[in-house]
Amino acid sequence: MFTQFKYWEPYISPFDPCPPMRIKSYSTPPQLYIPFQPKGLPQFKPMEALYRGTLWPALFSPYPDPKKRGDQDE
Amino acid sequence: MWYYEKKLQYPVRVSQCNPMLAKFLIEQYGGADGELAAALRYLNQRYTIPDKVAGLLNDIGTEEFAHLEMIATMVYKLTKDATPEQMKEAGLGAHYADHDKALFFHNAAGAPFTATYFQAKGDPIADIYEDIAAEEKARATYQWLINMSDDPDINDGLKFLREREVVHSMRFREAAEILKEERDKKTYY
Repeated sequence: MFTQFKYWEPYISPFDPCPPMRIKSYSTPPQLYIPFQPKGLPQFKPMEALYRGTLWPALFSPYPDPKKRGDQDE
Repeated sequence: MWYYEKKLQYPVRVSQCNPMLAKFLIEQYGGADGELAAALRYLNQRYTIPDKVAGLLNDIGTEEFAHLEMIATMVYKLTKDATPEQMKEAGLGAHYADHDKALFFHNAAGAPFTATYFQAKGDPIADIYEDIAAEEKARATYQWLINMSDDPDINDGLKFLREREVVHSMRFREAAEILKEERDKKTYY
């Protein structure tokens, strides 16, 4: 299963002027992992699909990362 | 910083006196999908892209400057001995009026180079996908230039440059896969 967000640790210089952000993140939404959408994928209920912007849970991309509480270490 | 090697990446030979070709080749010098736009785009994106792919942008951005001076050499060789009359006949009258034989960063239609030709979005996926698209557009431009040129020596150089676009596209596509990869499963909550 793919993740919708990736995290990486940039180089931190001993001479950086500001307190470092040790973890950076970027978005890897679901369309990157689906070469051609297969037929018959599960669908949201119509009202939820209208709210979310897609019929298919497989294409839904939350933002910001709902699992993340901040860019701190660990 | 850079070290400079005083030779071209691939030799540039020109066999026919055809200043009009220079007018078309300048598209790859100062055009939207040209070598200058490519070099500046990649070398600028380096800073904020994840370090796993920053080195690739550094290397390809540097190579684009090597391509830029190949194009510059072609344009220079095609125009350096043209009379003002020949420049006019080649459609380079407007260029001559403003620049004499000097090279200038504009496209084949004379529109000056602008930083708005490329983007630095900061989103690694968006930036790398733009880079892939840029390589394909540059490849297409080389194709159209080859289609219009009947100088076999110029075409030899253009075919080399076209092939480099193919290779760069492949490397950027690999970079996209690296960015998509699920690495060390560690998640930071």
